[in-house]
Amino acid sequence: MESNQIKETIEMISEENLDIRTITMGISLLDCITGDTSTTAARIYDKITAKAANLVAVADAIENEFGIPIVNKRISVTPVALLAGSDPKPNFPAIAQAMDRAAKAVQVDLIGGYSATVQAGCTPADVALINSLPEALATTERVCASVNVGATRSGLNMDAVKLMGQVVKDVSAIDPVNAMKLVIFANAVEDNPFMAGAFWGVSEGDMAINTGVSGPGVVQRALADQPHATFEQVCEQIKQTAFKVSRMGQFVGKVAAERLGVPFNIVDLSLAPTPARNDSVAQILETLGLSHVGTPGTTAALALLNDAVKKGGIMAAEKVGGLSGAFIPVSEDANMIAAAAAGQITIEKLEAMTAVCSVGLDMIAIPGKTPATTISGMIADEAAIGIVNNKTTAVRVIPVPGKDVGETIEFGGLFGRAPIMAVNDGDASVFVNRGGQIPAPIHSFKN
Amino acid sequence: MQVIITVIGTDKVGIIAAVTTKLAALDVNILDVSQTIMRGAFTMMLLAQLPAEADFTAVKTQLQDLGADIGVEVKIARQEIFDAMHKL
Repeated sequence: MESNQIKETIEMISEENLDIRTITMGISLLDCITGDTSTTAARIYDKITAKAANLVAVADAIENEFGIPIVNKRISVTPVALLAGSDPKPNFPAIAQAMDRAAKAVQVDLIGGYSATVQAGCTPADVALINSLPEALATTERVCASVNVGATRSGLNMDAVKLMGQVVKDVSAIDPVNAMKLVIFANAVEDNPFMAGAFWGVSEGDMAINTGVSGPGVVQRALADQPHATFEQVCEQIKQTAFKVSRMGQFVGKVAAERLGVPFNIVDLSLAPTPARNDSVAQILETLGLSHVGTPGTTAALALLNDAVKKGGIMAAEKVGGLSGAFIPVSEDANMIAAAAAGQITIEKLEAMTAVCSVGLDMIAIPGKTPATTISGMIADEAAIGIVNNKTTAVRVIPVPGKDVGETIEFGGLFGRAPIMAVNDGDASVFVNRGGQIPAPIHSFKN
Repeated sequence: MQVIITVIGTDKVGIIAAVTTKLAALDVNILDVSQTIMRGAFTMMLLAQLPAEADFTAVKTQLQDLGADIGVEVKIARQEIFDAMHKL
């Protein structure tokens, strides 16, 4: 019996917020397609409630037996825009509502996949789904949506970018909380277990289990114990910690998959913060020697953190996938909220940070008066970073009607609160309104 | 099923006696044990074997209730998770 190792594991869980952030069951809905979306919606409800019936019970049993918290139980499904079948007027909100009812019936926290992948162009069904987003997100509670507008191999669909700037405004106009459930991606991955961007790609199997781990507090504590360490020692410490954290994701995912009788797919090697104390990615960067997140040096610190997490985690799991990296959502990270409220971090700095970490401009509240074309410009910038650098990027911004810089929006619980951040007030409308597609970058031509 | 039981709390007379007596009553066999005082806190770890027919949750509840009675924190988890984190 290795007492020190046992003690270390227990302290990681009880004091440093190590947890399995999510067990996400991917479910293909391709076999639910019929000639009309209303019938399809009924089949979707039946399939999800049959296949995921035991997901929450199994996750709860694992948490009880092994003593590690499993914070979220979720489902990702085939991008819904692909499920229109031959229906000339697809009723996509009916599918969203069926997904919502199914999620509630099996008691999962969220269900992702109300999605369209339009990086190379939109089908009529894609356009119908995108236009349905305000209604679908307003009439459901647990449904998450995403639209992939660009890819390194396809370029950037600027017509879709233009459309999404307005859709984000329309979604927020009903209730800004709904905008938390909508992500606009470039290079979206098909096995991401994290919300709101999870969907289950068409190249995946019928069903599988994916896990996402998290332990920013574990990494922060390990680094705080070595205030004078060199960068080599810092990276080594992060790698060792990430290995241990990722092993939990591998172990729990494997046990869950066995008990559910479905394949185990991937571990997402992630550092995902929550607003809880000592569960902050920004705090790790500050522990590395920055007075506050946003200080010059922040991008370099995040780059080394992100890289070391991957290097440490990659050997811990049979298959690694998802977004795999450090997340920097503003409103879900206590130290990020503090830096934003104090004006120490800006959207421009966050954009730079997204070039070296997982995903993008995430959970950022912006003034309600921000024009749709400006939001489209932000989406295009973020997508360009992803497309040119061969990585996933995303935008999840929340225009808050009637609020401006200096004010705050409260989301509650794990979603935290967000200070309204300043957006450059230049005009991008002529650029955004040109229409068409920005072609794929030269380095995408690898054949 | 092998489990790791940890007992942490302020040191006082009779903690080991109370915990091991309860384990005996639950037909739980102790395979290994270590106990120290760390920074004033009583810390004990036990590797134990639950009988095949044991109800894990019932054992857990009884141990946690005992911990509440004598003023220590008792945790129990299946042993595999510790190997998963630390052993290749």
